[in-house]
Amino acid sequence: MRPIGESRRLGRWGGPAGIVGLILTGLATLVLLAFLVALLTTVLSKGMPAFSWRFVSTIPRKDFFDVDSAAILPMVVGTSLRVLIMTVFVMPFGVITAVYLTEYADPASPFTRGIRAAIGNIAGVPSIVFGLFGLGFFVNFLGRGLDGLTGSGVPVFGRPSLLWASLTLAVMTLPVVIVATEESLRSIPSGLREASLALGATKLETVWTIVLPQALPGILTGGILAVGRAAGEVAPILFTGAAYYTAELPGRLTDQFMDLGYHVYVLATQSPNVDQTAPILYATALALLVLTLALNAGAILLRSRMRRNLREAV
Amino acid sequence: MGLRRGHRARPGEWIIEKLIQAVGLSTIGLMVLILVFVGREALPVLMGRINTALVQPILPSKEIDSIPRDDLRSYLELSRSQFEGMDREMLMAMMEAREEGFRDIPESFRADPDSTVNTADWRQLLLPRQWTGYTRPEFVWQPVGTIHKYNLVPLLVGSLKVTLVGLLFAVPLSLGAALYVSQLAPVRVREWVKPTIELLAGIPSVVLGVFCLLVLSGLLQSLFGYQFRLNALVAGIGLGLTAVPLIFTIAEDSFTGVPRGYVQASLALGASPWQAAWQVVLPSAMPGVVAAMILGFGRCLGETMVVLMASGNASMLSWSLFDSTRSMTATIAAEMAEAVSGGGHYRMLFLLGTLLFAISFVTHLIGGRIVRRLRRRLGGVA
Repeated sequence: MRPIGESRRLGRWGGPAGIVGLILTGLATLVLLAFLVALLTTVLSKGMPAFSWRFVSTIPRKDFFDVDSAAILPMVVGTSLRVLIMTVFVMPFGVITAVYLTEYADPASPFTRGIRAAIGNIAGVPSIVFGLFGLGFFVNFLGRGLDGLTGSGVPVFGRPSLLWASLTLAVMTLPVVIVATEESLRSIPSGLREASLALGATKLETVWTIVLPQALPGILTGGILAVGRAAGEVAPILFTGAAYYTAELPGRLTDQFMDLGYHVYVLATQSPNVDQTAPILYATALALLVLTLALNAGAILLRSRMRRNLREAV
Repeated sequence: MGLRRGHRARPGEWIIEKLIQAVGLSTIGLMVLILVFVGREALPVLMGRINTALVQPILPSKEIDSIPRDDLRSYLELSRSQFEGMDREMLMAMMEAREEGFRDIPESFRADPDSTVNTADWRQLLLPRQWTGYTRPEFVWQPVGTIHKYNLVPLLVGSLKVTLVGLLFAVPLSLGAALYVSQLAPVRVREWVKPTIELLAGIPSVVLGVFCLLVLSGLLQSLFGYQFRLNALVAGIGLGLTAVPLIFTIAEDSFTGVPRGYVQASLALGASPWQAAWQVVLPSAMPGVVAAMILGFGRCLGETMVVLMASGNASMLSWSLFDSTRSMTATIAAEMAEAVSGGGHYRMLFLLGTLLFAISFVTHLIGGRIVRRLRRRLGGVA
């Protein structure tokens, strides 16, 4: 018979096995945190020296590997434009789909299950496959089709452009927006809907005037997450719009553009002298990192505030 | 349920509601669209309707009248409407041009047995072949040069190799960290460690690629002293880092989702926190752990930029971790720019894309089902 209090005597952590387990799992956590810290400090410490207002706000000359005159304004503009245009397409589509799924669809119907399966699958498709899809569908099929309709001899739509890159990204980030919006719609107390319906509002009026305004922070979170995800993606835009070099800022939807992420890739792999151009590489990476991390942090903050409000309201 | 709540929709509203439904349903259409437009370009390869042989058989132009019209059409690679619009003179001219082209190929090429091989045939895609100049049958992916060789095996092996390294790196670390954070860590630690690790998800893969390319590769090389600075090990660790937030989050959710009563009961029976975590929480959260691994596998296999930048990109068949490696995703990204639209190489890259799509579909089907079951059991806690 083991005396009562045996586990006490073994110590709080339950003997050698417990201590080894605790150390190993704690170590795993530390290793992951160490990788994160190493990555952030590397980019920050090596990127800061070359990072300046001039670096962010001027248009570089053609030889963007030149350390003294390197700048990233066209890339910042290109990346901002492509995520902005993406937002215009993905937000209405994503929010309406989420409204349909939470407010209208019968959860047991095969169509609803099909929609959910489709959303899940789109979320899992590798980003490079979206690039192929954008090339095959938007550029080659839609673009060339439009050129055929307008009858222009030179391809206007049938080549990679800002528009096609943004649409490709919109398809890719659709699940992000749908999932976040759905979460916020579900968190709205059903009493609010019931009350509105009981007062004689129609279902659509209820959705429009009661449900959607309440869900706004969640919808915003989804939008920010989608932008954060899209801003850092390079693979989907490789064949759909990103250019190695353009002399001017993109002025039309059918222009190609320079992109921050793609530029990081170009600087890292095609530099004539990697050691010499490392400062501008890290500074560009820093700009991209600041952009995506700020967006993600914003989304996390917004979401936690939303959840707190919700807890207080219930 | 015959009771109708709220007012009946007005006619205008009815239309809007139908539109909402249409948008919702179009998501399924979008999914199909992706499959169709990626698969469409690869279809001729799958159907064996493409011939990439350098030297094609020649039909003599003198015999133009004795050749069946359909054979002639496919020989000249014309569409039906193009063919109908041509008279005998034009067809004759095209056949002569083909003969001309044949004569222009140097004799040495024509004598090479490789030159008549259809490299897009499934045998050349999957089986080894002893090409001219090789000492034994080999799997070769070499889409440039005179003979375009499209063997998929080196790329499949390359993808699997870096993915396995990625999982071997990411799974133990993520599961360990998830167990620590959800079961063993003090609440204060838990509150800041969890979002910090999830911050990894917000780091663009191209920045991770830079980190692997310039920092990690040198570090690992000086540690292990191998020959190639960029190889499967470096790329695998980079991949692992991209998969960590996914695996960690799912695993942590499923550990937290184990009913508190299980842990309390085992503690009450005298188990230590570690025993409760290891012998009670981990086994009951097993479905979540498996789902995390499956989805992590899909994520690693589909990641592009990290592998493109850190793996060295040599498309040779090797299982060594220290050899330069090329994955399917990196191949698409690196070679699409030089592939002629509609050509054999172009279609082969879309075939790789279709393959990736199919794999992500299957991993998601399995992993997603497990996660959904888990979520239902947790009743929306996760």
